[in-house]
Amino acid sequence: MNHSELFLDPKQMKVYKTKKILFSIVLYSFLILVALFIIIPFYYMLVTSLKTVEEINSDQFIFFPRSWMWENYSELFTNKNGTITKGISLWTMYKNTIIVAVLTTTGTIITVVLSAFAFARLNFKGRELIFSILLMTMMIPGEIYVITNYQTIGSLGWRNTYQALVLPFVTSVFYTFFLRQTFKQIPNELYLAAKVDGTSDFGYLIKIMIPIAKATIITIIILSMIGTWNAYVWPSLVTNDKSMYLVSNGLLEMFKGKVEQSGPDSILNVQMAGSTMVTVPLLIVFILLRKYIMSGVSRSGIKG
Amino acid sequence: MLEYKKDGWKAAISLAPAMILLAVFTFWPILNAFRMAFMNDYSMSSGKWDGIGIRNFIYIFKDPTFWTALKNTCIMVFISVPITIILGLFIAVGLNSIKKLQSTFQTIFFLPYVTNTIALGLVFGAMFHQYDGFINQLFNKNISWIGAGASYTNAMIVLMIYTVWNGLAFKIIVFLSGLQSIDKQYYQAAQIDATPRGRVFRRITVPLLSPMILYITITSLIGAFKAYSSVISIFGTGKYGPGSDPKLLITIVGYVYEKLWASGVPLGEAAAGSLILFAIILAITLVQLQVGKKRVHY
Repeated sequence: MNHSELFLDPKQMKVYKTKKILFSIVLYSFLILVALFIIIPFYYMLVTSLKTVEEINSDQFIFFPRSWMWENYSELFTNKNGTITKGISLWTMYKNTIIVAVLTTTGTIITVVLSAFAFARLNFKGRELIFSILLMTMMIPGEIYVITNYQTIGSLGWRNTYQALVLPFVTSVFYTFFLRQTFKQIPNELYLAAKVDGTSDFGYLIKIMIPIAKATIITIIILSMIGTWNAYVWPSLVTNDKSMYLVSNGLLEMFKGKVEQSGPDSILNVQMAGSTMVTVPLLIVFILLRKYIMSGVSRSGIKG
Repeated sequence: MLEYKKDGWKAAISLAPAMILLAVFTFWPILNAFRMAFMNDYSMSSGKWDGIGIRNFIYIFKDPTFWTALKNTCIMVFISVPITIILGLFIAVGLNSIKKLQSTFQTIFFLPYVTNTIALGLVFGAMFHQYDGFINQLFNKNISWIGAGASYTNAMIVLMIYTVWNGLAFKIIVFLSGLQSIDKQYYQAAQIDATPRGRVFRRITVPLLSPMILYITITSLIGAFKAYSSVISIFGTGKYGPGSDPKLLITIVGYVYEKLWASGVPLGEAAAGSLILFAIILAITLVQLQVGKKRVHY
């Protein structure tokens, strides 16, 4: 750019500079508009969660509530006004979600690391065949498995249990594929050197491969945790006991009774407080681990 | 790799946990879906079926709700996916050409990716509430967007806005990483020739980004065909529409899951429905890959 400026006379220069400034004004305005579009729902959620019923029912939109109604949040836990369906507790939802997330993620990491190691480093008959079968299953929509899994869980009598929520998600073809790619990039020379030192294959996995693939493994941990936090369909199919709800289906069930009965008019503020309580923990995690999450998503290309 | 090595045992041990789980929860379910779909009138509560045939498919094709679901899903897919991709592409190109505030914008645009679909669906439902919603209050209107008596178009608009809002983050981040990997020399060459921005975009950015565009198009189409949580959350009751018309915006996936809650649990029909979804997704992927062969520059 600086080179081309040298060949312009002052008049052309002025036109060029004005054009450039105009372009950045347009560009920044566009980006600010999009940012507003993204932020407004969060703003609306927070503001509404702190309003009184009178304020939400007002004809005019109130941008900031006069006083902050923290009572809407305590209502979520105490249910003093009977806003929430009886028997649903936000604490239980948090506890269940954390248990399921930790179990699912731990299991996923163990199975995925082991199978990615086998596909990347071991020689065995049928390796390519098994791997291509796995890749083919990635083409098949998960909705197909849900039907049989629902039947399996039912016939095992596992409704409303942690194993029903955890086991179907304890491994992942996609993460195996993703981690195998990382493992494959480790140069063979390292392996040979380790062999010379008398390291076994599993020793090599633990001492060399896992530390090198740390970033990918952390990405898988985070994405798997986010996945459980946002899981809705499967939990809502296999649990109907209020003590087994996870955050997503619990949140919907919490207000369902009231909404069906009289519409959300009188409980919008508490409902938004509930949404905030489900959204904020994940946002905090995101802010803390922003770099890992964003680079992980762009590298793995996991669909949102 | 070291082809002389024979690691049969080690491989069996390492693969066993994943393979056992996949066998039970993935491979068998896939085979079983094909089996159940052709077992006439197979249901979970009776456990019986009436011979092998295509009766489940006939039921589905005769069911008006299925056609509603198909229509709703197609409308949603063919409007929301192009909007999201084009918007996402422009945003990524814009982000890539600025220096100031780039990472701030990037973080903001990424937020929807890490938010709970149900929680934010409830927020969109509240924003478009007829009496208390921010949209009607701000514009002093009294439109029933998603409440009782909401028109099809209004409800669909809300769903589209939510879908675009929800889907942008992923597209932006994939496009942005694609843009950052394009060799700067192309742009420098264009600058020397004083090529206008529009032409740079059409002749350099889009062709070099075409593998990403193809990838995003395929995954977005597949994702949009599987729409479900976004629909039920905006209405706030687990239904696909307002109380007056609970199936207004039912989708194909919704149609399949409804079978699992229906009396008797007609698994055969559910399986048939899921195979139809699979067929649609497969067809789209194949068409896209075919188009990709001609139009994508690798």
